[in-house]
Amino acid sequence: MLEVIIFYVSALVAIGGGVMMIAQRNPVASVLYLIVSLIAQAVLYIQLSALFVGSLLIIVYAGAILVLFLFVIMLLNLRGEHFEGTDRKISRVTKYIISAAFFLELVLIVKELALPGRTDVVSAQTATDFGGVEPVAELLYTKYLFPFELTSILLLVAVVGAVVMAKRDKSEKQGDI
Amino acid sequence: MIPIAHYLILSGLLFAIGAAGVIISRNLIVMFMSIELMLNAANLAIIAFSRSLNVMDGHVFVFLIMAVAAAEAAVGLAIIIAIFRNRKTINADQFNLLRR
Amino acid sequence: MNHSLYLILLFPLAGFLLNGLLLGRLKKGLVSFIACSSVGLSFVWGAKVFFELLAMPANARAIQETLFTWIPAGQFQVDFSLLFDPLSAVMVLVVAGVSFIIHIYSIGYMQDDEGYGRYFTYLNMFVFSMLTLVLADNYLLMFVGWEGVGLCSYLLIGFWFEKQSASDAGKKAFIVNRIGDFGFLIGLFIIFWQVGSLNYTDVFEKAPLVFAAGGGLITAATLLLFLGATGKSAQIPLFVWLPDAMEGPTPVSALIHAATMVTAGVYMIARSNVLYMMAPTTLAVVAIVGLGTALMAATIALAQNDIKRVLAYSTISQLGYMFAACGVAAFTAGIFHLMTHAFFKALLFLGSGSVIHAMAGQQDMRYMGGLKKYQPATFITFFIATLAISGIPGFSGFFSKDEILWKSFSSGFGSPILWAVGLFTAILTAFYMFRLVYLTFYGEGRMDEHTKSHLHESPKVMTVPLMVLALLSVIGGYVGIPHVLGGVNRFEQFLHPVMKGLHGGGGEAGHALASAGHSAGTELTLMIGSVGLIVVAIYLAYYLYLKNIDLAGRLRNNLSGVHKLLHGKYFVDEIYGALIIRPLINGSLFLWKIVDVFIIDGIANGLAIFVGDVSRGLRPAQTGTMRTYATMILAGAVVIIGYFILR
Repeated sequence: MLEVIIFYVSALVAIGGGVMMIAQRNPVASVLYLIVSLIAQAVLYIQLSALFVGSLLIIVYAGAILVLFLFVIMLLNLRGEHFEGTDRKISRVTKYIISAAFFLELVLIVKELALPGRTDVVSAQTATDFGGVEPVAELLYTKYLFPFELTSILLLVAVVGAVVMAKRDKSEKQGDI
Repeated sequence: MIPIAHYLILSGLLFAIGAAGVIISRNLIVMFMSIELMLNAANLAIIAFSRSLNVMDGHVFVFLIMAVAAAEAAVGLAIIIAIFRNRKTINADQFNLLRR
Repeated sequence: MNHSLYLILLFPLAGFLLNGLLLGRLKKGLVSFIACSSVGLSFVWGAKVFFELLAMPANARAIQETLFTWIPAGQFQVDFSLLFDPLSAVMVLVVAGVSFIIHIYSIGYMQDDEGYGRYFTYLNMFVFSMLTLVLADNYLLMFVGWEGVGLCSYLLIGFWFEKQSASDAGKKAFIVNRIGDFGFLIGLFIIFWQVGSLNYTDVFEKAPLVFAAGGGLITAATLLLFLGATGKSAQIPLFVWLPDAMEGPTPVSALIHAATMVTAGVYMIARSNVLYMMAPTTLAVVAIVGLGTALMAATIALAQNDIKRVLAYSTISQLGYMFAACGVAAFTAGIFHLMTHAFFKALLFLGSGSVIHAMAGQQDMRYMGGLKKYQPATFITFFIATLAISGIPGFSGFFSKDEILWKSFSSGFGSPILWAVGLFTAILTAFYMFRLVYLTFYGEGRMDEHTKSHLHESPKVMTVPLMVLALLSVIGGYVGIPHVLGGVNRFEQFLHPVMKGLHGGGGEAGHALASAGHSAGTELTLMIGSVGLIVVAIYLAYYLYLKNIDLAGRLRNNLSGVHKLLHGKYFVDEIYGALIIRPLINGSLFLWKIVDVFIIDGIANGLAIFVGDVSRGLRPAQTGTMRTYATMILAGAVVIIGYFILR
């Protein structure tokens, strides 16, 4: 019973956070709402016994990536102006409809899926350290070693790329952003 | 007790909201964040499956996805900074040099 | 034994190539030497093979030589092969011989012309084509020669192409010929369709088996072939080009439009006698058209003032006789007249050329007269030829024309009506020919003093050929003296094996029909009667145009309507122009202006404009903003997933 309540509350918060994020004018507020949504999702992760990944979500995603977003917003000194739209070709309503259609399709897919017999997700007993660090590490260093290494290179590339992209040209004056 | 379908539908809903955010908003930053939301929706689905199938591979996958998301966010934001320097705006509609 | 038939063709071809490729670089003497000797050699070789042919037994006289396979296309095979049998022998000798004489004459006639080399080149090409036509052993090769002579005719009629009328005449000849050729080709198609081959031997053997005698197909095929003949040989309805063809040099008129090319149609029908004997309807058509043309042309000739025009219409008329002969199944008589006509008509034309030469280009007889004093050789030879064409006994024309008249009376395919028309035309022929002679050579000179002082006889190089032809015009008929006059008619005997239709394909009935017996007495009576009437006609001409010219003038004024009709050639050209040519031109204009420019171009341009508009309409989709593209991507994904869900 408790699980059900937790689930629905977290779900509502996650969804609400997402919706509010889009509707905000001020980008800072958008970031904060996303953080809220992510925290709710982390609760859901933990409910699914994904302790490690859930923590990771908070620490890395909310704590690092979205903070980076905030930094950039501050850097660019964005205030949340109201933009005039030059793209009048497709109306907002059409876009809502497209998104809704997309969602409906996903629902239909889920309905059609022949899901493996378990209906009771949470109470199905699993290994004692399911979702902990050790199993993840074990898999990461044996079965998924290659992607792991590749990911490290990817991160290196990203760092270099970010530095290059954001570098200031020599021709620009100091004092600009 | 909660059927996995619920998680999946939730994931789908979050994904759709993210997609809507991408195509609706004119602000580049908000667009970008919607993409992050989509990624996370996928993560949720993977974790749910992983739990129901009782394998840990999904967690590893989510781990890697998060790493990729981080990298992508870094580079993307760097690009946005560069664009802002050039165009002094982050209104997505202003970037229409492809039009001809 | 190898007879080397191909040499007959090779000599004129070599002459053509030599003169043609070295055009403008050879001296006149060399040009004419090459041209004349090539034709002369061809004649000599032809004569040689002719004697070899005579040495063969009468029923096996056929020499065939295949040079190479021309079209090997599965079941359709056509070879470039030559056939020398009595019929082609006669034709080769006539064509090569008369051509040679005319070549010699041309040396004098074209002496001052700038296109000397071009002239002889074309003439040689013509001789080559004509010989190909008569030596071919299949219809397709004959058609090659047929077209070749048509081309040379065009080139030579329009020889002085800077003159508008000459080039128009050349075009007219070619185009009218083309209409006939169209019929010819369809006839060929029918033959090939039924028989499966175009080779003479095959066709003549298989035709009786494949076609129903007297049936629709064979009648159609022969009629269509005859249509081609009317084009080439200037019969109704396609004769209109021949009078205009007089724009060409006179030796050309002599060679092509008197002696050789125009006879190609007669040759073709005589060669195809097997086919024609199987289609009595066509024979009737041929006879009627032939005699009708003969009569019509003779009446027109009565009222012409240009010396060459009279001769042109006379040619059309005499060709009508030859076709009439074929139409009553007297094919040998037609070929006989072809031969004698070649002699005296060429002589007439060359003689008129001599007259025109002396008159410095004047061709209107009303301004001539009394020339016999100044041009004795020309006069005598011309007079001989006139006697021949009128059918005076003793001259070649008498034997051949009389045989035709007799056969049109007596043959199973003939009738007294045909004979009567032929006789009347013969009378008219004598009349207008002697009119020509009296107006030109006798009486007072009606030309101006300047021209009179320049009158002279033509040089030997021109008069000697005249004399040779005059001799032939006299003795040429003696090979065909009919039985009734005590002769053996060697000519008919010689050609007999070729006329298979008379006793082969047409069956015995054909032969019997072709020479339905009438008594010798009838024949003699008719002969004497016709000669008598001809003499009367000659006297009439003498009276009207020599003794009492005013009477001729008064007659013309009284019968001015008739005269206008005859002088205006029955206005056939004008009728054709209004009924056929105008509508064709209007039709072409319509197709051009409306169908081509408006509809077709409109569609092509319209398509382009349409595409442009569509693309202009689609362009706004390229907004350049990524939001639009992202929306499109999502929408596309929705559609595709939806499709898979719904499946």
